[in-house]
This record gives sequence, structure tokens and C-alpha cells, in this order.
Amino acid sequence: MSKSPEEVGGFKNHPPIRVVLAKLGLDGHDRGLKVVARMLRDGGMEVVYLGLRQTTETIIDAVEQEDADVVGISMLNAGHLTLGPRMVGALADAGLDVPVVIGGIVPDEDLPALVDAGVAGVLGPGASADEVVACVVAAADSRG
Amino acid sequence: MNDPIENHRFRTLSGVPVDVVYGDGPEPGEFPYTRGVHAEMYRSRLWTMRMFAGFGTATDTNARFRELLAAGGTGLSTAFDMPTLMGRDSDHDWALGEVGRAGVAVDTVEDMADLFAGIDLGAVSTSMTINGPAPILLAMYVVVAEEGGVDREHLSGTLQNDIFKEYQAQKEYIFPPRPSVRLVTDVIRFTAAEMPRWNPVSVSGYHIREAGSTAAQELAFTLANGFAYVEAAVAAGLAIDEFAPRLSFFFNSHLDFFEEVGKFRAARRIWARWMRDRYGATDERSMKLRFHTQTAGVSLTAPQPEVNIARVALQALAGVLGGTQSLHTDSFDEALALPSEDAARIALRTQQVIAHETGVTNVVDPLGGSAYVEWMTDEMERRAEEVFAHLEDLGNGSLLEGVYAGIENGWFVGEIADAAYRYEREVNAGERIVVGVNAFTEGDDPSKRRLLRIGQDTEDLQLKRLAIVKQARDNTAVAETLAQVATDAIEPSTNLMPALINAARARVTVGELVDVLEAKFGTYVERVVV
Repeated sequence: MSKSPEEVGGFKNHPPIRVVLAKLGLDGHDRGLKVVARMLRDGGMEVVYLGLRQTTETIIDAVEQEDADVVGISMLNAGHLTLGPRMVGALADAGLDVPVVIGGIVPDEDLPALVDAGVAGVLGPGASADEVVACVVAAADSRG
Repeated sequence: MNDPIENHRFRTLSGVPVDVVYGDGPEPGEFPYTRGVHAEMYRSRLWTMRMFAGFGTATDTNARFRELLAAGGTGLSTAFDMPTLMGRDSDHDWALGEVGRAGVAVDTVEDMADLFAGIDLGAVSTSMTINGPAPILLAMYVVVAEEGGVDREHLSGTLQNDIFKEYQAQKEYIFPPRPSVRLVTDVIRFTAAEMPRWNPVSVSGYHIREAGSTAAQELAFTLANGFAYVEAAVAAGLAIDEFAPRLSFFFNSHLDFFEEVGKFRAARRIWARWMRDRYGATDERSMKLRFHTQTAGVSLTAPQPEVNIARVALQALAGVLGGTQSLHTDSFDEALALPSEDAARIALRTQQVIAHETGVTNVVDPLGGSAYVEWMTDEMERRAEEVFAHLEDLGNGSLLEGVYAGIENGWFVGEIADAAYRYEREVNAGERIVVGVNAFTEGDDPSKRRLLRIGQDTEDLQLKRLAIVKQARDNTAVAETLAQVATDAIEPSTNLMPALINAARARVTVGELVDVLEAKFGTYVERVVV
């Protein structure tokens, strides 16, 4: 059975969190993002699932329309060092204070560069539902 | 028995002579081929050790190909980067950050030539994992061979060219299903007439499984797709035995050992029965399901990646005991990055250990006759038949229409997503042990990892390569050949392959050709199912 938000680490008595999930770029691997969508939903969050082949522009449109708290982008195309910072920069340019979480195949040695670029969290293969929810909560709480 | 080599080959390590096959019932090589498509299987010929590789520029991947062949690999398999898979050139806006990152970048026939430089295309069989723009890449391959002095009729290899599973799982589609299937049947017609040693479609369950399906779903969806291509090719005017012998398959080999073996055995039996009884094939080759196997990338773990070597070995063994014709073994570092050279070599060596040290090649279908394996084979078949019945209902008796309907109404993606989530919840709840992830987690040492990195310099270099080709080519020929492709695209009875080959020869890019086809065929946008 799914856990209630209260049972999930770091999500006690938290105001509702709305998350936009998207595949940024051409990469078609969407298994992980779909699983994450259900984990977040079961964890009590509101999920706006944009799906495949999104651009920074389509994601920003969705963030504005849905008043999202967090953006989650999934990349299994080894493009995270280019596309991750690009997403963060595009949100900042649009005047949106919305943290970005990246999921996918990201080598440990790339983490410092992503943190420096302002990426709020990174989730790798095998992340548990608790880890996924905790990461998004922490990202939401990091808003200035 | 006087030949010492033969004598040695078919004895156990301790010297006990063994027979080619044990048990009763239809023998290997006999309908319905449950026990294998050849009477002697690996006694007469080992499977092809076909390692899948691709990264960076064509020159980078060519070097890896040569390393793999030098290390004893016996076939090649090309992984293209995301822009190529999606039919976009490296200089397209959408390609930013993805050029050469998850496969090799191929924009023009010049890249294709560099990819296979120094490799005799008349001698080595080549597989290309490409689907949306598959006919374009095949056209480029034909031109490379031709310019290197090898006639297309001597080319041997496989084009994945399986668009159905793109809508269902892998998601690298470009055009809507029906014009895409026309491209698939154009390739089938072309190779049936002009490339007798080429497999025009590799009907692929691999990606369906990787996207989260169960073994039975992988089996059922893949064979249903195969039947749908058969119906499409017959509708395009081909006789069944003209093309069916060259249809090939591609399955995943996952961790549940006996389930996998049962799946492979069931696949052969189902295909044989359907081809003979439903589609009226009379050539035995049309009934024989030949398949490539790849170990399950999705089963590999990022923590303690060395443990993946054991997973891959077990999965590869299941593929061999299931009677595969060719095999790719995953590299242990694939949950972290693209395969490094060392990891790819260990993966190939794993196959060589199975082939040359374990003795499993001495006897055909050694698990046949096991009550459990025979039951599992029957059970896989039963579950697959349930899916076929559902799709037949959806398509009013036509598997082809049923597959179209299941794509359009989101049935396939919904089934796969449900299965994927079920699995994740079992792992999360600790009902399923994943060694190194939710149990036995001590001992991970990230400092020991040496990963393959593809930098921004690759993208810059590829952009230069593309610019050079564009500058040197004859723009009149480019315009003329593109116009012919546009004309042929709107006439469904015209085979697009000749026009695509002419365009490839004129150094037209993948992206230019896709743009022209997309203008005629439209763009597919999937119905989102979460």
C-alpha cells in the first residue's frame, strides 16, 4: 500500500507541493519519470506530467500556468551538464524562483557542477519512493 | 571419434561423451522448433557475439568497433545518438547537449563511411538500432558499401526498423503509425528484392521489457507486432514466404532465469504455429523464429556496479539456454554511464566463457524436458495467447488493426507503466531484494570507477564535420533528390528506398530527409498515460 504523506520522510504537515515533471530534450526513456510521477502522487503531491520532448519554454509555460513549486526533469541521455543548467537559467531568466530536480543517469563526479549551477537535487537509478519524495520536499523548502 | 578436436568438444570437462540432444518429442530443427531452430545449434555454429556500441563521432565509434572485433567479437551493432534516432541533424536546436552523448552522431553518408572505415562490410554482419528514420540510415549504409565496392546483395545485417515498439515503449517515433508502417514495408519490399542477406525488421521486445513490462507482456506484444508487420507486408502485396524468412526478433534476457528460458522457447513455438496455421507459410524458414538477445540494462545497479558482471553472466546464460542466435552482454557500468572500453571487454569475455568453458554448447536445449521449464513454456504461451485475443478483438479480427488501436488508445503504454510501478513498489517495500540497493549495501566504492565521458568537444567537432559536408556537396543534386523523395512520399505504392538512396549519395542529411517526409506524413504526439 502507498504511504500517507505523514508516513513519508520529510513531508509532515507540509503545504501541498505542485510538481511539473518533464522529459527535456529528445531522450525517450520515460519509465523512470512515470514511476516518479506515481511515487509523488502517492506521496500526496500534485503532479503535472508533461511527458516527452519538452523544451525549456514549454516547461516554463507549465510552471507559470500551474503555479508549480518544483520542476523535475528526467535525462538518461548524458546531457545533464548541458540541459540541467540550461533549465535552471531559463527559469531564472523568466523571473521564476522554482527549484529544479534532475533524475536519471548522473555520475557522482558531475554532482558538484550541477549543484554549482543551482540544481536543487539529483535522483539516480534505484532511488526509493521515500528518497524521491524527500528530495522534492527539500527542493520546495529551498525556495528563497 | 578419431578426430581429437571433435572428440574433445563433445565431452564434459571430465571426459564423459555427451549426445547432441536428450529427451522425446519434436527435435530441435523440427516444427514447432520449441527446442531450437537448428538440429545441432551451437555444436555446428556458436551464436554471434554482437556487441552494441556507439558514442561520440563516427570515428570514435569506429575505434570501439575495431577493438571489439579484435577482442573476438563476431558482429557489430550500432547505437545512434538521440538526435539521429529522432531524425534531427546535429546542428538542430533540439540536438543541443545530446550530440554523440548516448550513441554515435550520424548526419550524412560521410559519417556512415567513417563509422565502418576499415571494416569489410561484405564479411561482417552489422546491426543498426534505428527506427523512425530507419530507411534513411539503410540508404546511407547501402551507399557506403557501394562506394567501397561492395554490392548491396552481399550485405548482411539487420535494421531494427520496428516502429510499433517505439509507440509502445522506446518512444523514438517521428511520424504517425500508418505512414511509419508504410516505411517499414518499403524496406521489407526493397530488401526482399535486392538484399537477400538482410533482415529488414528486428521485431523487438527488448525495449518493451526495459520500459517495465513483464516477461509474458514482452513476449506477447513483440509477437503481436510481428504478426502485424506480416499483415502489413501481405497487404502491401508481398507473398508470405517472400519476406517472412528474413524477419528477425530481439528479446531481453532478464533475471528470472527459468521464466526467460520459457519465454524464448514459447516464442519459437507460437511463431511457428501462427505462421503456418494462420498466415499460410509453407517455407520452413518463415516459421523459424530467429532472435538476438540483450541482457537487461534495467536490472543493472548503480551501487556496487561490479556485481552487475554476475547479473549479466546469468542473463546471458539464460539467452544461450533459450537458443539465441546472437547476443549482446551489457557492460557492468551502464547504470552509471555509457560502457567504458574495459567494461565492454569484460562483457564480451563473459560470452566467451559461456561459449568455450562451460560446456553448455555441447547439448541442444539442455533444459527441455524439465517439468518446470516445459510448464513455464506452456504458461508463457497461454498468457501471450490471451493478449493476442484481446488485440484481435480490438482490431475486429486483424492483429494489425488491433496493434494500431492499442497504440492509439494508450493500452500498451498503460499496461507497461502499471507493470513498472508494481515492480518499483515491490522493491520499495522490500518484498523484492536487489543486492546492493535494498540489501547487502555495504562495500560500495565510487572512487574506483573509471567512466566513459563524452564532452562538449564532441558536439563542436560533429558540427564542423557536418558543415564541411554541406559546403562540399552539389546543392542542385541535393534539391533534386529531395524533391524526388517528396514526390514519392505522397504516392504510397511507390517504394521510397530508391529515392532515399539517391539522396544519400548526394550527401543529403538525415534531418533534411526527415523534414521532407514529416511535411508529408505529419508528426506523432502521444496520448499521455501516467
